Amino acid sequence: MATSDYPNLPHLSEHQVHGQAAERALADAGLEFGDVDGFATAGNFPMYAVGVCEYLGLRPHYVDDTMFGGSSFEVLVEHAATAVEAGVCETVLVTYGSVQLSAMGRKLGTGGGVGAPSGPMAFDALWGNTLVGNYALAAQRHMHEFGTKSEQLAEVAVAMRTHATKNPQAQYSDPITVDDVLSSRMIADPLHLLDCCVISDGGAACVVTTEERARDLQKTPVYVLGAAHALTHHMNISEMPDLTVTAAAQSGPLAFRRAGVTPADVDTLQVYDSFTITVVLSLEDLGFCEKGDGGSFVEGGRLQIGGDLPSNTDGGGLSACHPGMRGMFLIVEAVRQLRGESINQVPDAKVAVAHGTGGMLSTGATLVLGTEGR
Amino acid sequence: MSERREPKPRPAPIADPETEPFWSAAREGRLTVQRCTVCGAAQLYPRWRCLRCRGQVEWVDAGGGGTVYSFTVIRQNFSRSFRHLIPYVVALVDLDEGPRVMTNLVGVEPDDVRIGMRVRVRFEPVSEEASIPLFEPT
Repeated sequence: MATSDYPNLPHLSEHQVHGQAAERALADAGLEFGDVDGFATAGNFPMYAVGVCEYLGLRPHYVDDTMFGGSSFEVLVEHAATAVEAGVCETVLVTYGSVQLSAMGRKLGTGGGVGAPSGPMAFDALWGNTLVGNYALAAQRHMHEFGTKSEQLAEVAVAMRTHATKNPQAQYSDPITVDDVLSSRMIADPLHLLDCCVISDGGAACVVTTEERARDLQKTPVYVLGAAHALTHHMNISEMPDLTVTAAAQSGPLAFRRAGVTPADVDTLQVYDSFTITVVLSLEDLGFCEKGDGGSFVEGGRLQIGGDLPSNTDGGGLSACHPGMRGMFLIVEAVRQLRGESINQVPDAKVAVAHGTGGMLSTGATLVLGTEGR
Repeated sequence: MSERREPKPRPAPIADPETEPFWSAAREGRLTVQRCTVCGAAQLYPRWRCLRCRGQVEWVDAGGGGTVYSFTVIRQNFSRSFRHLIPYVVALVDLDEGPRVMTNLVGVEPDDVRIGMRVRVRFEPVSEEASIPLFEPT
């Protein structure tokens, strides 16, 4: 696995970012393009994976184009592991590439329109809600039901920034405090500017292959212990049955059961942090704490290196890099932790979880990884 | 640059065969929901069948009352349709019949909005052919 250069790539196209990430991931594994017989990616264009295959000159007999928003890459790896295990193919290259920052020319995407004015989406898209607004609705409800405080959400942003101070590639790496988050301007109440992820250029890639093949490669293999994905709705947040319960409540327990581990066994969590509230909801739904206790759980630096559950040790989407669909970065950092290669290494990490969230808090996909097979 | 900053009208709904009854009623100032002819459950947006029991559905008028389930105050939106309205309140309202709808709360200061607040529908024209439901405190 590998990341491409990030967070600012005005000199590269989206496809070049795929190319750079793919080349580095294969080199990291000690493989070549000729070894690849399966390919997976997700992007915002019909037949996207076919296009990237064409660009990279790949003619695999396994292709996966599952679009699940930011959590797509956890799903693609789940599928790839299943395909490899079934003998459908041997070596699947999974890539991600984006130049969203350079394309947009601004660093905060509140997303003017979040859906089409026709069909089902018209029932959410006509009132000027924004992408941030969707997550703000969830945060407001969580505060109402459980007394969660802005100071607690801010702890999440502070933890990620603390990790980003060690990441020379991070988009933002100056340390911040809870007060800095609270005094940053409000974007959509109760979410401040620093409760929101950055917008970046960047990509990442990984290789999924058989245990047998992996043993012969140059890097220590990491095992997919269990995986699962779920959804609550598509673009309309009005369709989410309970704004305080995400798809992670379904994908998390299923992935842990399949992996044969529990949240207590997890040494490090790489969790989608589109917004601070996304992390709090995911922690609860994945079972790291009770529903409603996410706010107090993140207090006291619990998510920071040295805490009970070091999370987003590369600095996360809140500080390091968020090119639109960050799921692939979660997997790369989880693998780095399990290999002992992280810039914020958790000593002796044996089990890591990558959990992606996609869409308008719509989808969730959980990947449980370990240094030893099941 | 000046024309890029000029406000645009709010987006108007584009009806299709399934949603046309809802948007037609909205134009007449009526809030409607689908009701199941078998179990009586109400739903929005419209579906082929009732999501609870898969029974047939029909359109009925809703009472127009509801309760704020959650809300946010939008303070940044680059859209020319909304930028000039900032700050404005986006809310999810639970209709008394059951369905949860996206809307704006009007006739209230953003800082005075509370979850659980009782609200009532009113309609705002967004084009010559279309109106959309907004809510205001009762």
